Amino acid sequence: MERADAVATPPPRGIAQVLATGAGRVLVSIFVPVVAFVILWAGFLFLKDSGAPRIVIVLVAIVWGIGGVAMLYVVANSLTEKLPLTWQGRILPFVFVGPALAILAFYLLIPAVLTAWASLFDANGQEFVGLDNYVYSFTNPEMVTAIRNNVLWLVFGTVFSTGMGLAMAVLVERSRLDRLAKTLIFLPMAISFVGASVIWRFVYSYQPEGQPQVGLLNAILGAFGLGPVSWLTGEPLNTILLIVILIWGQTGFAMVIIGAALKGVPDEMLEAGRIDGATEWQIFRRLIVPSIWPTIVTVATTIAILTLKIYDIVTAMTGGNFNTQVIATLMWKQAFTFFDAGRGAALAIILLIAVTPVIWYNLRQFRGRAI
Amino acid sequence: MRTIKWSRVAINLTVIALIVVWTVPTIGLFITSFRGKQAISNSGWWTVFTNPQGAFTLDNYEKVLFGGDGLATAFLNTLAVTVPAVVIPILIAAFAAYGFAWMQFPGRRVLFITVVALLVVPLQIALIPVLKAYLAIDLNGTFLAVWLAHAGFGLALATYLLYNYISQLPKDIIESAALDGASHFTTFRRLILPLSMPALASFAIFQFLWVWNDLLVATTFLGTDQDVAVMTSRLVSMTGSRGQDWQLLTAGAFVSMIVPVMVFLALQRYFVKGLLAGSVKG
Amino acid sequence: MQRKLAMLVGVAALVAACGGGATTAPGAGGTPAAGGDLSGTKVTVGGAFVDVEATNFEAAIKPFEDATGVDVVYNGDKSFEQQLNVQVQAGNPPDVALLPQPGGMKNYASQGKLFPLPDDIVASIDANYGPGWKEVGTAADGKVYGVFHRVNLKAQVFYPKVAFEAKGYTAPTTWDELKTLEAKMVADGTPPWCIGIESGAATGWPVTDWVEEIMLRTVGADGYDTWVSGATPFTDASVKNAFQIMMDIFGNKDYVYGGPQYIVQTNFGEAPKAAFDDPLKCWLTNQGNFITAFFPDPTQADLDNQVGVFTLPAIDSAIGTPAEVGGDQAVAFADRPEIWAFLKYLTTPEAGVSWQKAGGALFPYKSQDLANYSSALDKAFAQSLVDASFVRFDGSDAMPAAVGSGTFWTESVKLINGQQDIDKTLTNIAASWPK
Repeated sequence: MERADAVATPPPRGIAQVLATGAGRVLVSIFVPVVAFVILWAGFLFLKDSGAPRIVIVLVAIVWGIGGVAMLYVVANSLTEKLPLTWQGRILPFVFVGPALAILAFYLLIPAVLTAWASLFDANGQEFVGLDNYVYSFTNPEMVTAIRNNVLWLVFGTVFSTGMGLAMAVLVERSRLDRLAKTLIFLPMAISFVGASVIWRFVYSYQPEGQPQVGLLNAILGAFGLGPVSWLTGEPLNTILLIVILIWGQTGFAMVIIGAALKGVPDEMLEAGRIDGATEWQIFRRLIVPSIWPTIVTVATTIAILTLKIYDIVTAMTGGNFNTQVIATLMWKQAFTFFDAGRGAALAIILLIAVTPVIWYNLRQFRGRAI
Repeated sequence: MRTIKWSRVAINLTVIALIVVWTVPTIGLFITSFRGKQAISNSGWWTVFTNPQGAFTLDNYEKVLFGGDGLATAFLNTLAVTVPAVVIPILIAAFAAYGFAWMQFPGRRVLFITVVALLVVPLQIALIPVLKAYLAIDLNGTFLAVWLAHAGFGLALATYLLYNYISQLPKDIIESAALDGASHFTTFRRLILPLSMPALASFAIFQFLWVWNDLLVATTFLGTDQDVAVMTSRLVSMTGSRGQDWQLLTAGAFVSMIVPVMVFLALQRYFVKGLLAGSVKG
Repeated sequence: MQRKLAMLVGVAALVAACGGGATTAPGAGGTPAAGGDLSGTKVTVGGAFVDVEATNFEAAIKPFEDATGVDVVYNGDKSFEQQLNVQVQAGNPPDVALLPQPGGMKNYASQGKLFPLPDDIVASIDANYGPGWKEVGTAADGKVYGVFHRVNLKAQVFYPKVAFEAKGYTAPTTWDELKTLEAKMVADGTPPWCIGIESGAATGWPVTDWVEEIMLRTVGADGYDTWVSGATPFTDASVKNAFQIMMDIFGNKDYVYGGPQYIVQTNFGEAPKAAFDDPLKCWLTNQGNFITAFFPDPTQADLDNQVGVFTLPAIDSAIGTPAEVGGDQAVAFADRPEIWAFLKYLTTPEAGVSWQKAGGALFPYKSQDLANYSSALDKAFAQSLVDASFVRFDGSDAMPAAVGSGTFWTESVKLINGQQDIDKTLTNIAASWPK
């Protein structure tokens, strides 16, 4: 037993022992944070201004960034542990939770509040205009189109990604190729929006009739003797085609998640159903779907939130032209092309409000848990 | 027996068809990245199968990787931005999730709901206020600025996901650790972190993909200076002022895709396990 | 725990001792030396052009850097105007910005973000530039803020010279002759015009150039000025007339290669290439002089022989053909001696010499040496610029941003894409004019 030994034969007095005395402890408590701070500051300055070769900077950056944060927690924690127990109990939770709360407040909460406030003022933020910006937003024809488009994104994007994901999960599970399928169909999710826009340009590209087609769709049409179609300039087909890009990326996500949930469905239950004479379809609808329903909802709400905030795909493919604009692109336009801070803010808040019900529904699914 | 065999064949065929449909667009990009500018504007990429003469070239990749404004520096920058921007939020979120799940303090419930509620805030809202604040403390243009920004934008989801997982860990293990005299910090370090690996890895992948492919946050807080710009920024500037240099863009897009794809392939197991842990029993 | 803590302290002390050395930053800040010596100072410049144009700009300003020791750093970004707005709002704009739009300059000046040019620079402008340039750089408060460096000349119609002459076509000098030429080309089986208006976030700007050029030719200098200032609304009959003349071409799928659908999704730099294909797909490109940099490489290598150009003809012979120009004006977001020294340099013909030789750029200086231009084409442009009877700046650039880089672009795109008629387009644009 360690403790007994320590009492019986006092070990030689090393630095550690000296520091263990009361005075030593106070010194350490001050010294350690100061030194930690100095190291962090030195690292910060180095990264900011150094002319060292890029790779050195990068390595230092990575080590400093991660090590720095870890060190801060260690230091904060050890400091707190020096405190008397009651104080410890009060402060320690905030050591754990505090940084997250502080960062979230700074990066999301306060800007959201500031934006809500700005939405009540005019373009330069000087005159109070109340709800005028919101009235404008809902009566402006561009905005009406944007709302229509976001609804299309929400409905088509979510339903098809989740639905196809579900169907494909069920299908793929029975195939020998399931691992290959899951990998390859999930892959598009790893591609950036910039990359995806380049990829899909080569699918939707339009060249005038009689010219060789560079886009896959028009080439296929051409093989059947049909004339080329300008896919991205005609509404609302163009929005639907943009949604296809989202579905391409998200179905794999849905498929993989739902597929894993499917594995958790007990076989005996399905067998019992079959013995009772139920068809595959009935088993699917009445047994499988209800038992993985929470997963389906999680996937659907995650995709739904994505569709409401959609910005990159629209900007990269059509720039928001040809009536493909959505709320997020309009918000950017108001704020940075028209320099109207008030209207831009109002649109941002409208977006925020639109997303809230989806999150709330998602949360309800998890209410049962230990909140 | 016959019907089962047929339906098995049908299923496999359908799956193959799906795989083909899903990967064709990306294959198109891959092939195009080896074609010259003229070839790209004059014929579809599928023609390389019927007409394979001469159009194959490595020029695009050469220019994109090693050319004057090549992607080599940008690659390092993306790495410098991504790795900490993944680890830091996870660390902070893990601490917070543990705190919300296993520690008692006043306002715990309200604070947690606020954190989750912040999932609704679109990040465009935060750009100008945060930029102004950064300038006031001369933080802009540094890696730290971008790490913290990515942490800020990812913390809500991270905390939510990790909370779901950590709150489900077996209560007895944690309680017996407390009984043995372990402090919260030790429990966290020795018990929670290792046990939560699937959830941590899963969120790490999510965050990695998101940060690596991000354009907006890096451009706003780090800038487009050639020596600090990340790959997505460089890609966008790379289309050149001469209209659209598609041949460069295809090679560049492919180069920037390789790392996330490889990361994903290596870690996809964890991804699913971690995400699911909150919603499926056992 | 104690032992571990001790180790941590020990390591920390070691690292702190060694790590302090790497903090001295080379050449940090930019503290100007005393007196007139500016060496070691830095000026940051922001602009929208990248690649070749950026390299040429840097070469053009090198003589200034060599002579004064000031380090001028140029950062180009295609979405520069939007980025700039973010930077200005957040408080960290570049020292100097090259603004393509006077509307933007006026915005920033009225917000108090810009510093007016000192008297010696204004005097330099008076000495070196022709009439009109100073006025475009002046804001509502009457102070001059902008210095013009590289400029461009619009309403130039380019065509593939060899094939054109082989067909027996001749360059038209009146609008009627142009219409006859168009009809002949259609009858011969090739659409006359190559047009593309896609340009990312700026999609639609070439249409506005067309409309402005037509306005200049139909209502003259005064009518143009009242339109640009907003005194004449977009819903006026004269504006509708100009849009109609433009749509007579744009909306006619026999007159433009690919028709309206193709126009709206084809990049402005890609469209002219069709005229130099073999077989060529269309004949004429109406653009600014800078478009030569977008022609196919073999054509650029042999510009004077391959490319012919004529100015967009007059519509009303009483008005003739005025020069419509555009250009970036350098404005100062900070007040430091090295910045003013740089701007003063930009007002002198020296600042254009190396770019003149490299090609693809035009400069407004009265006393520039025309022999420096590398091609006969560029020389001709410069000559007509210097000789122009009256010069007017690109209208949409001079209008308020909400219109000039907003609705004028987007509503025109909708018009050409067939989403709405001319009246609706004009009403929408007029409605967006800031009160």
